Amino acid sequence: MKILKYLIIVYFILNFNFLNAEEVNIQNKITKNLRCLICQGQSVYDSDSEFANSLKIIVKQKLIEGKSEKQIYDFFENKYGKWILYDPKFSKNTYFLWLLPIFLFIISGLIIFKLFIIKKN
Amino acid sequence: MKDKIFPIFLIIIFLIIFFIFYNGLQNSNIYTPKTNIEKNIPSFKAKIFNTDDNISSEEIFKNDKYYLMNIWASWCVPCRDEHPFLMNLSNEKSIEIIGLNYKDDVVKAKKFLSELNNPYNKIVFDEDGTLSIEWGAYGVPESFLIYNNKVIKKIIGPINENLLLEIKELIK
Repeated sequence: MKILKYLIIVYFILNFNFLNAEEVNIQNKITKNLRCLICQGQSVYDSDSEFANSLKIIVKQKLIEGKSEKQIYDFFENKYGKWILYDPKFSKNTYFLWLLPIFLFIISGLIIFKLFIIKKN
Repeated sequence: MKDKIFPIFLIIIFLIIFFIFYNGLQNSNIYTPKTNIEKNIPSFKAKIFNTDDNISSEEIFKNDKYYLMNIWASWCVPCRDEHPFLMNLSNEKSIEIIGLNYKDDVVKAKKFLSELNNPYNKIVFDEDGTLSIEWGAYGVPESFLIYNNKVIKKIIGPINENLLLEIKELIK
């Protein structure tokens, strides 16, 4: 019986942390992808400014509320605009940004192919 | 002919990349947030400053009036500079000034107000800064001119003489 009591106490202590390890990982991932708008060049995760600290609290709150990663990004994008996200979404303004590396990769592949393989034959 | 396609292609790609970077040079890399977008105000519930009571945004912004939501803190030096302009604006009858006390110590905030007078009709307390994030604020001081539950002007930084005149012009 005593052991059971201790087990219950341990269980409650362990539950004091509202976020479990996986949620902390998601929280870190999200805050690393948010730009600290008042300390440019740093992510919210890296920054210790008042702004970044408040943002961290909000991310944590939203995760506890059960919001998904995308919903949290949408929330911040709605409040502060696209600039707050490090990883810009695919849209009509950013398609060139996303497609250019793939485009360059294919072109350079073709160049190599032409220079080395076709010439050899 | 076949041999010429390749260099021409390379030059075209080079030109495309050149123009992208050249255009990038023209853009300012200093981020300036947009301040002229009309947005609905967020609905929230917050603690009234110096009390234990809560107040909702609907209760604060219920009248057919202009409101100035001013984010301030006693530790913020520019807030001291803008305070006389807020005092000036508090004499206007068509506008109510709502204070949002940001991450502050209640005793110090009270001292700040007794020293420089209180221009606010109501003050809500934002202990951890999350309420300001709901407003899309960057820091202190920051002000939002509100009419009909919409933000019609956003002022980042302290209010100065020109901005005061502009606000007075808008609320006429």
